[in-house]
Amino acid sequence: MSLYYTQKLLYQINRDPATRRRLEEDFEGLLAEYELTQKERAALRKPDIGLLYVMGVNGQILMHYAALRGYEWNAYLEAMREGERSYGPVRTGLYTRADSR
Amino acid sequence: MALVFAGVCSHAPGITGRAERADPQARDAFYAAMGRMRDAIEASRPDVLVVIAAEHFANFFMNNMPAICVGMAEHYEGPIEDEKWLGIARHRIPGNKSLSRELIQEVMNDIDLAYAEEWKFDHGIMVPLHFLTPRYDLPVIPVNVNCQGPPLIPLKRAYEFGRALRRACEARPERIAVIGTGGISHWPATPDSGRINEVWDREFLENLLHNRREALLAYRDEDVWREGGQEGFEIRTFIAVAGATEGCAGELWCYVPIPIFAVGCTVAVMRLS
Repeated sequence: MSLYYTQKLLYQINRDPATRRRLEEDFEGLLAEYELTQKERAALRKPDIGLLYVMGVNGQILMHYAALRGYEWNAYLEAMREGERSYGPVRTGLYTRADSR
Repeated sequence: MALVFAGVCSHAPGITGRAERADPQARDAFYAAMGRMRDAIEASRPDVLVVIAAEHFANFFMNNMPAICVGMAEHYEGPIEDEKWLGIARHRIPGNKSLSRELIQEVMNDIDLAYAEEWKFDHGIMVPLHFLTPRYDLPVIPVNVNCQGPPLIPLKRAYEFGRALRRACEARPERIAVIGTGGISHWPATPDSGRINEVWDREFLENLLHNRREALLAYRDEDVWREGGQEGFEIRTFIAVAGATEGCAGELWCYVPIPIFAVGCTVAVMRLS
């Protein structure tokens, strides 16, 4: 369920200004409210967009978090590519590669 | 008075958010087709515009994901995304609560629906509105068909929703326009953003514009995912429009692949009979 909560936190950040303020003012407290692994917390904190992508975070959710954390469009695409190079193919969900199924 | 207009169009956020990075000739051809669609909608003198869209985790999440949800609010707001990122300023968009309620009640004779009295529009609705109702003065009734992740409604249910919506519209005195927005093939939020399967898109459009029900409903999700990408599931919005215009053919006004927009930019209109 951990991937689910990673995505849920990002969904809240994307849609809710109050949650975005907490990201700026109390990120650790915000993270603590979700059932996340240490790796997920670290990826969210850094942020490691490539790792979040490889973990299976839905692209429509991750896209906005990347923009919020300052990734310009091409940098965001490159971060996902770098994630695949560093961590391997997407592990689960719709974003797995067709040839890895 | 029933349905007075029906069509489909693309909604990718790059269409407005990355406009300056597109090939100007291709971009302007698509923008012109959207302008032509705006003129056609205005000429049909609608009281309301029903937008059958596929939202992207803006209002609905996997904790409570409706298969199909219809807005029932007096007004809406959008875009929910960053205005600069999308290239569209935030607006309040009028709804029509009483008509929403009547349509929902009628459609529920045939299709179970969720309804929502709060709804912040994402690019899936805002990009079409930016071109089609740029003054944001035409009341909108939003529809969300879950296209983001399985379990998804079978295509035949999307088609049947369209048929039920048509029947509901025919029972009303208001003049109702409907558009479906989505797809067709695209891999937008992936390292392959910009990949477009033009052959697959054009085949799908042929089936849509000839309203070939059996061919439209024969697509299998696994094949759609492989040939059309994660966001190819948004063909449900187009198929709902096919259901709403059953027996009617259509015209393709624009299909132009624009990689920086991450989609084959499409405008098509059904000839209502």
